[in-house]
Amino acid sequence: MPMSPSHPVIDSLSALRETTELRFHGRGGQGAVTAASILVQAALLEGKWGQAIPSFGAERRGAHVLAFARIAPRPVPVHSMVRRPDVLVVLDPGLLMVERDRVLAGIKPGVKIVANLPEPIDLGGIGARLYVVNATRIAKELGLVVAGWPVVNTAMLGALARATGLVSIDAVMEAIRLFWEARPKIAEANAMAAKRAYEELQEVTSTRHD
Amino acid sequence: MAVSESEQRRGVVAVIEPGGHKLPLSMAGPGAMGKTGYWRTQRPVVNYERCTGCYLCWLYCPDNVIEMVPGKGPRGQDIPVIDYDYCKGCGVCAAVCPVKAIDMVDESKFLAKEKEEGDGNA
Amino acid sequence: MPKLLAMRGNEAVAYAAKYARVEVVAAYPITPQTIIVEKIDELISKGEMDAEMIHVESEHSALAATYGAAAGGVRAFTATSSHGLMYMYEVLWWTAGSRIPVVMAVVTRAMGPPWNIHVSHEDILATRDTGWLVSMAENNQEAFDLTLQMFRITEDPRVYLPGIVGLDGFILSHTVEPVELPDQETVDEFLPPRRQPYVMEPGEPKAMGNLVPDEYFEELRMDMQQSMENAVKVIREVGREYAKYFGRDYSELVECYKCSDADYIVAGTGSWMGDAKIAADKLREKGYRVGVMRLRWIRPFPWSDVREAAMSKKAVIVMDRSLSTGHAGPLFLELSSALEAKPSMIGVPAGIGGVDISYEDIERFTEKAIQLVEEHGRVYIPAMWYHLGKIFPTYPSSNVKLD
Repeated sequence: MPMSPSHPVIDSLSALRETTELRFHGRGGQGAVTAASILVQAALLEGKWGQAIPSFGAERRGAHVLAFARIAPRPVPVHSMVRRPDVLVVLDPGLLMVERDRVLAGIKPGVKIVANLPEPIDLGGIGARLYVVNATRIAKELGLVVAGWPVVNTAMLGALARATGLVSIDAVMEAIRLFWEARPKIAEANAMAAKRAYEELQEVTSTRHD
Repeated sequence: MAVSESEQRRGVVAVIEPGGHKLPLSMAGPGAMGKTGYWRTQRPVVNYERCTGCYLCWLYCPDNVIEMVPGKGPRGQDIPVIDYDYCKGCGVCAAVCPVKAIDMVDESKFLAKEKEEGDGNA
Repeated sequence: MPKLLAMRGNEAVAYAAKYARVEVVAAYPITPQTIIVEKIDELISKGEMDAEMIHVESEHSALAATYGAAAGGVRAFTATSSHGLMYMYEVLWWTAGSRIPVVMAVVTRAMGPPWNIHVSHEDILATRDTGWLVSMAENNQEAFDLTLQMFRITEDPRVYLPGIVGLDGFILSHTVEPVELPDQETVDEFLPPRRQPYVMEPGEPKAMGNLVPDEYFEELRMDMQQSMENAVKVIREVGREYAKYFGRDYSELVECYKCSDADYIVAGTGSWMGDAKIAADKLREKGYRVGVMRLRWIRPFPWSDVREAAMSKKAVIVMDRSLSTGHAGPLFLELSSALEAKPSMIGVPAGIGGVDISYEDIERFTEKAIQLVEEHGRVYIPAMWYHLGKIFPTYPSSNVKLD
């Protein structure tokens, strides 16, 4: 029986091995799920394949919530959650402290951690590459505050683009504009947040094994 | 819609083209289950002298077998005419008649009479 | 020009209803389905979709209103999940028995108690006996494609039965993936104007569903069975046509991944079958020849395809995201019967209530099943639970001794 062309005939495992797997950590209401979705749209704009998976439970505003994403050069037939991330995106400055074990669970050696932090912190020798940006300040400066909370997710996408090169900053900004197509002012502020975070991102090398 | 008459079998299942499916569909028309008047054991008989032509029996008849004929009563009133081919003899008309103009009469009396007269239509 | 957009499975289904020019939608909200009808409401309010949305007070009414509109001659659509589907259950039978084509999306979700909004197949598989066609998508593109095709399949005079498109709750419904949306003109060419066996309309009185003699009732069921068999042919035709218009071929009711040279087949339905393909590749690296057989269609049951793909194999490992409590998973029972249990059959209930099952889990229980076959020879294990990395006692527990 021929393989269904609804998936091109590929070797599923090698497709998976070309995949970058990401896990987003945020608090309910910070937009981790939205960030993962916009990342997929940015990947599509560059001819890549992407997938954004929310994880839903009984979480409410403020609780630790996860979202997952995968970016690959071609479609991958996978739908389970990301268990061994190549990249972590941490939207909330407190989570690396109060939920450290959950945030760092299952990380691959050499994982890139892109964190919203006012200043670098020492994570110890966990074999990670830590990148920090003060997304909270960027969001506040651009007036991206909703119901009292700085909206940091779009800034973090800019930081992610810089740290990983998975997508270009131009694609991130265009995907942001597509997401808020009907509200160009909001779109522009968010695109600007991504750009600023892209420019301000710093790598902290102290958490490498070497 | 093409409905094959021969396939309608007492009118309760229609075969529809294209596709040739049997469907749980009955088309409008009297007597899908045959002449159900033979189910009757009591026959409603109208006393037109008493009948006021009020239409209540016509309104209540659950089988819709009473037709009102305008102006044909002895006092020129509208009168009910019962279709005995389909009347099942339920007696609702007799029960609702406000002037007791309908009597329920044992059907066997009519059957005996019809047999005498050589008329098999019941 | 077709356009490629990142969207959730629920939005893909809503777009399919729009492209199919659905005229009436009646629905009642339930997680994880709600986004479908919210999106349709949005498309209607923006003027992008010309349809009437009927807000009803329950799912029973949602399907009744959808069915009523369809009986009145328009293309109609609804969507539900879990408890909502159970509340519709009576109307499922009325719709199928009436032979009126209707399309519904079922976003799979566990049945309570306790409350659980995550994926399980116990809701959709409870529709197996109702006379609806039942399909299951593996990804969001397929959820879109199957929905569009379902209108053409159900409205084919050889079929005239309603159809369900299943997509896994959250795993597809809320996951964002690339979905290619076609041109409306191409869809209009692919999807002919609605056909149905009869139309309920003023001026041509008829009655549906009258009490009929028992033997007629039985003959109506025989006709539905024949129509299901016709549907196999229609699905293949429509799937082939779909490839001509949109480039994706759906002529197979069963998708086979590396089955031809396989000794062992992992079988199942839904979104986790993609992970099963990766697991098969990982097991192949270990030297086990494993293939994957994914049921895209549950009803009509792809009997001959399944037999062709798996009859001669050493073992078939059936992943079931639901359980007929007291026996085995529904797909295990169906596949065992179609395959006359000639291969070793191992049923694996897993991932119930949304427990995440990855290619690593599938690799683990498949390897365990293979080892059982290699150790014991032919085995028949209706239910070998897999839960959080461990194999649990089988049903019946006396069947095969596990360590």
